[in-house]
Amino acid sequence: MLEAPRLTIRGGRLLDPVSRLDRVLDLHIAGGRVLALDAPPEGFRPDRILDARGQIVCPGFVDLCARVREPGDEHKATIASEVRAAAASGVTTLCCPPDTHPVIDTPAVARLIHQISKRHALARVLPIGALTQGLEGQTLAGMAALKQAGCLVLSQADQPIRDTQVLRRALEYAATFALPVFLLPLDPDLAAGGCAHEGVVSTRLGLPGIPESAETVVLARALVLAEQTGARIHFQRLSTARGVEMLAEARARGIAVSGDVAMHQLFLTEQDVATFDANCHLIPPLRTAADRAALRQGVAEGILGAICSDHQPHELDAKLAPFPETAPGLSALETLLPLGLRLVEEGVLDLMTLIERLSSGPAEILGREPGRIVPGAPADLCLFDPQVNWTVCPETWISRGQNTPFMGQRLRGRVSWTLFGGRIVYESWRVGAHPA
Amino acid sequence: MTHLHTQLDAQGRLRHFLTIEGLSRKLLIELLDQAEGFLGVAQQAVKKVPLCRGKVVANLFFETSTRTRTTFELAAKRLSADVLNLNISTSATAKGESLLDTLRNLEAMHVDMFVVRHAESGTAHFMAAHAAPHVSIINAGDGRHAHPTQALLDMFTIRRHKGGFDHLRVAIVGDILHSRVARSQMLALKTLRVPDIRVIAPRTLLPAKVEEAFGVSAYYDLAEGIRDVDVIIMLRLQRERMSSALLPSEHEYFQLFGLTEERMKAAKPDAIVMHPGPINRGVEMDSAVADGRRSVILEQVTNGIAVRMAVMAMCLGSQGSK
Repeated sequence: MLEAPRLTIRGGRLLDPVSRLDRVLDLHIAGGRVLALDAPPEGFRPDRILDARGQIVCPGFVDLCARVREPGDEHKATIASEVRAAAASGVTTLCCPPDTHPVIDTPAVARLIHQISKRHALARVLPIGALTQGLEGQTLAGMAALKQAGCLVLSQADQPIRDTQVLRRALEYAATFALPVFLLPLDPDLAAGGCAHEGVVSTRLGLPGIPESAETVVLARALVLAEQTGARIHFQRLSTARGVEMLAEARARGIAVSGDVAMHQLFLTEQDVATFDANCHLIPPLRTAADRAALRQGVAEGILGAICSDHQPHELDAKLAPFPETAPGLSALETLLPLGLRLVEEGVLDLMTLIERLSSGPAEILGREPGRIVPGAPADLCLFDPQVNWTVCPETWISRGQNTPFMGQRLRGRVSWTLFGGRIVYESWRVGAHPA
Repeated sequence: MTHLHTQLDAQGRLRHFLTIEGLSRKLLIELLDQAEGFLGVAQQAVKKVPLCRGKVVANLFFETSTRTRTTFELAAKRLSADVLNLNISTSATAKGESLLDTLRNLEAMHVDMFVVRHAESGTAHFMAAHAAPHVSIINAGDGRHAHPTQALLDMFTIRRHKGGFDHLRVAIVGDILHSRVARSQMLALKTLRVPDIRVIAPRTLLPAKVEEAFGVSAYYDLAEGIRDVDVIIMLRLQRERMSSALLPSEHEYFQLFGLTEERMKAAKPDAIVMHPGPINRGVEMDSAVADGRRSVILEQVTNGIAVRMAVMAMCLGSQGSK
């Protein structure tokens, strides 16, 4: 790996949610770490100066759910392709669920992902270990070995644990090693065959529905077990208003649980399915406008401490079929920041809170030191221009998967540079092409 | 929520027929009027009109069907079109070919219209979105979504018996949850301004928010639901529903929701009984009702050909004038 250069980031607005820093200052970087703010240390001579006037400089984003499709589904995407997309999106750490092929239920698979991602060194890819062997929900995975192999958390990806006793034991065993457990609250029987929110739109279109209770029933069960076992559960990709409410109640009672939401859930609703757009075939499904409002409020109030991309790149054919036969999921890394900025524009969050939900919030859920802009901190940074307008189009899309319902839309805000370990891992061709 | 942009061409003419949703009352009436004209074709010595001579229609049935496929075939032949019937269960898709490849291969053989039936909702819409500009798609039933020609032939039958729509009470009885026919009927009845549309079923067979989604009233009691109605549309109950957690038994279903002459007394004396077929006698209705004087079930079948001729002629006609 090349040695990190000495950099000066000039005139950017530094935003650090952890130290509550919000000032226009120069930033100096050396040896992969933040060296100084404002004035450079005596004798410091940067290899390069990045003109960040008019731009935001913040800690790199931590994405709690992004599929890289490797190993096993390289026809959809690869670690190489998706870390490039991550770098272009300001994401410096991404967590990859264990539903790879083979499943991340042995240290060997976890190490393989580490090795491949280190080879590309554009972002940190953290494999999430499987909670049960083969994600089959029956036998516990070797959690201690997975932890040793670098898995910071465990999950079932989108697979259920039907047997409540197995779930209880899995939580207890994970708690033995202080490993947080990520769960997608979705009852497999209530959701069976469903491909859209059970409501007005699915009824009109005749699409088999997934009721709200598919989320809340599982949530209720897991909350009871969290209280009993003392395990730390993080609920991924909540989609319902009632789910947010239940999480808030549990947190108020002092239960160690947290939650996140996928960015697209804060924008799209069941109405977006009305034209059978397969890019809106998602699990959990797009819910109602009232659910969306509650999710937004949950993010604003911190009940949902993180926003993830739920990035799921697919090959073209995966979406070229009648809606129920298509593969669920959207390619989402590259719209993460601009959609987040739209939340700011719409008054849902202030900019500092957005950065927090994208960086320090998810880092804390992972049990990692949150990114900061203070001397000595690792220089994992995202620099973005909040004003630049761009159109989502295949020509400039970096992820291998182009399956996004936002294709063709005009968005505002784009990453200019991403620094990972003090190295520039992404530099937009647009840098300097717009007024400072 | 509209499919207008995919069903109508730039001049507002019918190009595909995918769903009732988004179509105007005027267009539906126009189709019904045109179907009236086609009813007489079957009475002629030569049961054909040359409206679609030289056009090629392919019946693409990914789900088995006898009645619908046959009436579409007859409709196309009576319009003098050439008809291809593709046996999908033994064809390319069974060898792994995608739906889109099937469509493109047949387009390469210069098929002008595809009549498509498929088990998944949205299939006709998907095919229309990918069809070549000169090709029309007719939805012959997609999943639980739509069966618009069936609904139109039902409207045609209702109009012939009741004279119009704006004074009617109509009840649809049975498995609304899984029924594409019911969804298209509710939309058609609404578009044609039927003031009182009722759906009657146990809660397990009613889709979520059906009243809000279609502007209808839900009833869980047959006697109450058919009180003073002008039209009763019975739906087919698939026997496999009995073995799932939806219903306890055929017997109990018939006891509560089966139509008998005795129960018919709650409806208006001149109420008609309809059924899209095939009927499960003794499950949805008893034979006395199915074959009784108020049953118009066989008329529906006859009318189906005329209505499908009207739909095909309109779609193929919009192609011809390009």
